[in-house]
Amino acid sequence: MDAILLQILNGLDKGSAYALIALGLTLIFGTLGVVNFAHGALFMIGAFCAVVLSRLLSFSKTVIDETRTDFLGNPLKVDLPYMHQWFGEAAGQTIIDWSVPLAILFSIPIMFAIGYAMERGLIRHFYKRPHADQILVTFGLAIVLQEIVKYFFGANPIQTPAPPAFTGSFDFGALVGLDPNTIIYPYWRLIYFSFAVVIISAVFAFLRFTTFGMVVRAGMADRETVGLLGIDIDKRFTLMFALAACVAGLAGVMYAPINAPNYHMGMDFLVLSFVVVVVGGMGSMAGAVLAGFLLGILESIASMSQVIDYLPGINQIVIYLVAIIILLTRPRGLMGRKGVMED
Amino acid sequence: MTGSNKTIGRRGLLKGGAALGAAGLAAPTFFTHSARAEMHSGYLNAPTGKSVTLGFNVPQSGPYADEGADELRAYKLAVEHLNGGGDGGMMNTFSSKALTGNGILGKKVEYVTGDTQTKSDAARASAKSMIEKDGAVMITGGSSSGVAVAVQALCQETGIMFMAGLTHSNDTTGKDRKANGFRHFFNSYMSGAALAPVLANAYGKDRKAYHLTADYNWGYTTEEAVTQATEGMGWETVNTVKTPLTQTDFSSYIAPVLQSGADVLVLNHYGGNMVNSLTNAVQFGLRDKQVNGKNFEIVVPLYSRLMAKGAGANVKGIFGSTNWHWSLQDEGSKAFVKSFGTKYGFPPSQAAHTTYVQTLLYADACERAGTFNPCGVVEALEGFFFSGLGNGPTIYRKEDHQCFKDVLVVKGKENPESEFDLLEVVEVTPMSKVWYSPDHPQMGGADATLGTCNTGA
Amino acid sequence: MFGLNRNDTLLLIVVALLTMLAPFLLNPFPEGSSLAQFNGGYPDLMQRFVIFGIFAIGFNILFGLTGYLSFGHAAFLGVGSYAAIWMMKLLTMNVVPAIIISVIVAGLFSLVVGYICLRRSGIYFSILTLAFAQMSYALAYSVLTPITGGETGLQPKLSDPRILDAAIGSGVTPRANFFGIEMGTSWQWDWNGWVFTFNAGYYLAAVIMLVAFYLSIRIFRSPFGMMLRAIKTNQNRLNYTGVNSKPYTLAAFVISGMYAGLAGGLLVAMDTQVGPERMFWTASGEVVLMTILGGVGTLIGPVLGAGLIKYMENILSKINEGLLQKWFAFMPETAGDAVVTVLGLFTGKGWHLTLGLLFMIVVIFLPGGLVEGGKRLFGIGRRKKKAPPAASPPPTTTPAE
Repeated sequence: MDAILLQILNGLDKGSAYALIALGLTLIFGTLGVVNFAHGALFMIGAFCAVVLSRLLSFSKTVIDETRTDFLGNPLKVDLPYMHQWFGEAAGQTIIDWSVPLAILFSIPIMFAIGYAMERGLIRHFYKRPHADQILVTFGLAIVLQEIVKYFFGANPIQTPAPPAFTGSFDFGALVGLDPNTIIYPYWRLIYFSFAVVIISAVFAFLRFTTFGMVVRAGMADRETVGLLGIDIDKRFTLMFALAACVAGLAGVMYAPINAPNYHMGMDFLVLSFVVVVVGGMGSMAGAVLAGFLLGILESIASMSQVIDYLPGINQIVIYLVAIIILLTRPRGLMGRKGVMED
Repeated sequence: MTGSNKTIGRRGLLKGGAALGAAGLAAPTFFTHSARAEMHSGYLNAPTGKSVTLGFNVPQSGPYADEGADELRAYKLAVEHLNGGGDGGMMNTFSSKALTGNGILGKKVEYVTGDTQTKSDAARASAKSMIEKDGAVMITGGSSSGVAVAVQALCQETGIMFMAGLTHSNDTTGKDRKANGFRHFFNSYMSGAALAPVLANAYGKDRKAYHLTADYNWGYTTEEAVTQATEGMGWETVNTVKTPLTQTDFSSYIAPVLQSGADVLVLNHYGGNMVNSLTNAVQFGLRDKQVNGKNFEIVVPLYSRLMAKGAGANVKGIFGSTNWHWSLQDEGSKAFVKSFGTKYGFPPSQAAHTTYVQTLLYADACERAGTFNPCGVVEALEGFFFSGLGNGPTIYRKEDHQCFKDVLVVKGKENPESEFDLLEVVEVTPMSKVWYSPDHPQMGGADATLGTCNTGA
Repeated sequence: MFGLNRNDTLLLIVVALLTMLAPFLLNPFPEGSSLAQFNGGYPDLMQRFVIFGIFAIGFNILFGLTGYLSFGHAAFLGVGSYAAIWMMKLLTMNVVPAIIISVIVAGLFSLVVGYICLRRSGIYFSILTLAFAQMSYALAYSVLTPITGGETGLQPKLSDPRILDAAIGSGVTPRANFFGIEMGTSWQWDWNGWVFTFNAGYYLAAVIMLVAFYLSIRIFRSPFGMMLRAIKTNQNRLNYTGVNSKPYTLAAFVISGMYAGLAGGLLVAMDTQVGPERMFWTASGEVVLMTILGGVGTLIGPVLGAGLIKYMENILSKINEGLLQKWFAFMPETAGDAVVTVLGLFTGKGWHLTLGLLFMIVVIFLPGGLVEGGKRLFGIGRRKKKAPPAASPPPTTTPAE
């Protein structure tokens, strides 16, 4: 029992990442009708915002230390971060350590600008084009973005740790009265899950309770009528694209301490997020979130060794298997609307 | 309507005939297995001009692109040294003195590069283009065992030499060994044999190990080697769990480890898998735990400095094995680090070391054999005993073309002095401790054969 | 001829000429010249051109005609490859049984997958096919290692039974052959510095591709093809007229699956090795890109798209910095270095960047793919020659916002 509880907990943070990416994908799809294969790349860029900020904060003056030598026998060059000079060693190091949370603020304008530019410069010319063209152009864009990141940061993962206060884990089992060490859970994953819940609620509240959101929802339902009412729906949709880019970017920023970012992490998530979106039902944001958490938890449960012993390889295929079963029993996914993307 | 088809056939023929006439000579040569061979010299892609072409086939895209880039740097350095440029690097410390800095057999060394993408199909396509189009006499490189096995088989089939790059699976010189292929890198068996005594020493003989293993061939051989070696020391293996290669988040595999009663976690992962699983394990606080009255420990059987860098501070104090490390103090290693570091500004990785050495060994074997003919080169390399290329005295075993040399057991450094100073060598396990018989069950048993060398003629 | 109309016959003849003369056409630069790097006329690449051409032609029968976008076609190619290599291990190194069995097995597999996936349409269909392909890949890589060889894949070994073949001498690698003609056999012709290679394997694959191409023309022009187009245009209307469209789409799915299996079998025939990564989703994505890049629903487009992508993968990725430096050695040092640095971004290890840019450029400026590009070029040429400049289109006024 506690083993299953443990895996449900583990599924929550994995599910959070799926849900956040899938939410953005659905937003874009629901508003603009565009299949965005570059969405994974936006997630990756978000994670690299954290990397960039941590590099910027630890920007250093090189000092030559004559007492020590480097691997060639020359005097060792020691990097002295400017932060240490400006704020003193302790405070400066604290700022550097907190670069991931700070990157949330740093990434919002960047992701917003990238999203805005993408929509204005590229995506808007593809509203009326077949989905195949949208896929090709956004896939091409994803490759280009990836290669640019690879050029600057290399192919290896770059460790971007959470602030020291949040590293390590707490004993969840002991809290709920189980034996110690049965259920441990890292602080940062708890934060990631809470963060995801906040973002998802914020997006839903924004669409539900603001006039802007109301217009957008109306536009999603019937774009032409809203246009006829004299509302400039295109401008709002552009903003929605930028918002979706922000959501993906924030998901990436916060994910950086969980898995060290590398340039192809977006592609790793892309396919799974598409499965999530479709299982949730095209065009349904609630469905995307629900499916994200559901598949995250199922993936975790399938990776228990007790399960693998009975069904070898189930951990490799569980997401796809569940997707097939759901799509065959519920034609439009969990909460899909009729007529969306069915032709 | 069939007439039109015939006309075309004839026109095509006529055109060809005219061209033939214009050339005057151009007696077409007929031979098997592609590419241009010179009949008189009796082997495929025999170099006729003033230069000889080597094929450097490394991952340039995908997750191992950085290792591939480092391999390529080492290859370029090796070519420079072979052609008499630079400071000569390990050519000065190499026990064989056949190489003079005048290319190979008086021919200038040139090279072509290709991208394996860490996929066996792409790697074979790239290697075939080097053989068929560029006339390479030797292919080397790679950063995974699947690619190494696939390309080695191709080279055997076409009659080209293959000098394996980074490949650690037992299979490369085990059940999939080939006469035309040689591996300088160590393997899973050696990792297990070298690690087990050090682990028993550091953590005691009464330990319960939990293995997470990447679900593919390399993972299987490493798991097998490490479990057998540690069980031989008295450890107990509590559980072994396979993780999908494409997994990025290992939390659901790591979380149950503590419940199992294990007090050691062995991560049979490499590359991005290793970085992520180790990071996750540290996040879950496994290293702060006490189980069975002992500190919980983590072991990573195969380390690479490039990947250790990706894992950052998480590697501190964690044991693993490695083929070579730049901090070694023998003359060969020092010479290599000096010339590589001077040229590129940072120390070489183990992948770079292996590929540099492989190039030198191939060139030296050609010199000693007096030919580029694969059968001659194979003969010169088989049973070749040398030193001065790092790792102390080394032998290329005749029976399986595996290189035997000292293996390094390393530990993540607690107080690194620079971004390259991540691992410290804790023990140099001598060659005799990692020796095994060529028909060892982990190496494919008695069925595994090299076959005979192929010249492609 | 062959029951084709004039235009189609012409197209078939042009394609036949192009494939038969490929060793000349793809080797336009003399050996040893600095441009020889761009020659693509060596056996392996030529084989890949026609094999992936077959793959894309088959994919186009499904996607181009019915509009069903499969994201899992690489699974059929992979299954065909595994079937073929097992034939070579168990039966004979002759490629004929291997190719036949690969088509059959891939056909059966696509029948099962198609039957299930075609219960849904649109993106739901795409995700179902993707799910099947990803499962095949994951299982082949891991749990099915005893059958598939896992990561290292399968190759013919000396110890295989091969009941139809005579025993081969020890130490000799078994080689794929067509009734005794080894696939690696090449005939080379040196002519004034040019080297042209005629490879037995290539010509076998090329002939098979011509047959496959011919069949696809027939399918495009047949009533069956019309029915498939009707499905693409408006499936509902078709259903209302009382036609059950499912058997037609399933037939198209199985046919394209068999094409994929044929391509897989040929890959093994040319290069006797299989690895699971040929079933990864990126491989399925690649054939989609080939088709769109060349021109969806056109006859020749997918072949062109396949050729372009394979050319870039094999030629562009091999242009390294050393080579670039050699080419631009004539320039003054700083200028040469600058050019090398810039070009280095797009070649060698940066070839993916060029690929991504190419996708974007083609789809932005040539919505119909390369075929439309060709048509436009042809159109411009013709207009310049014949037609007087067309009346300029009426000036469009941009509506004020």
